Amino acid sequence: MVIVNDRDRVDWREGLTVQGLLDAMGYSYNLITVTVNGELIPEEEYGSAPVPDEARVTVFHLAHGG
Amino acid sequence: MSGEDPIFARNVPGSTAILAAATVGIAGCGGLGSNAAVALVRAGVGRLILVDQDVVEASNLNRQYFFRRDLGRLKVEALADHLRAINPGVALELHALALRAEEVPRVYAGAALLIEAFDRADAKRWLIEAWCRAFPERTVICASGLSGLGRTEALRVRRAGRIILCGDEQSEASEGLCAARVAIVAAMEANLAIEALVAAATAGS
Repeated sequence: MVIVNDRDRVDWREGLTVQGLLDAMGYSYNLITVTVNGELIPEEEYGSAPVPDEARVTVFHLAHGG
Repeated sequence: MSGEDPIFARNVPGSTAILAAATVGIAGCGGLGSNAAVALVRAGVGRLILVDQDVVEASNLNRQYFFRRDLGRLKVEALADHLRAINPGVALELHALALRAEEVPRVYAGAALLIEAFDRADAKRWLIEAWCRAFPERTVICASGLSGLGRTEALRVRRAGRIILCGDEQSEASEGLCAARVAIVAAMEANLAIEALVAAATAGS
């Protein structure tokens, strides 16, 4: 089990990556910043960065404006 | 020095000397960065590193900490004048440049933490990545979703590791920007920075 944004529970599977998790959750918005257990995952590593079982994942949405 | 300065006489006891010794980096001096910088200087932060390539335009005056007489001036220079008018003793490092990821380690070398105050979401993302890569131990305080009107209750803070993000994470600049809502989020960023600086100094003492 992976917990996303302290709220959503997603089933864990062997070989789960950040991209796999985002796909499983139906994320299509691409301006996001993702951490796994508090560590930032750069965008180019979404396809390779593993998400361990019991991980706490945060997906921040980045909106224009400042 | 700042501990003696009468402008800080009403400060929270114990905070003034800590903040006077601190350096905060700010990326972008628009609606978020200019208002956050003012809050930090009023709080007594001793040194700021300010980065922005733009000049002040009339359309900035609906939310940014500038005045009509600033029109056409570099934002970092106009803002520096306003900050020194509050506290002449504040140390300011000004960079009138279009920041690139590879310059983050050099430009912000002396900053204990960063306030991300960019306008574009894609720029926010590469800045967060560049900061985390350059400074694995340092906090970055970001803003996302501060546009439109009202909806004060939607403005919140979320944390993950060294990343702190405030805003509603939804509203887009295309909705338009209002001084009150932008300034709330700018003040949230400044407030989080002050909290982090005081907490770090207290933990280390």
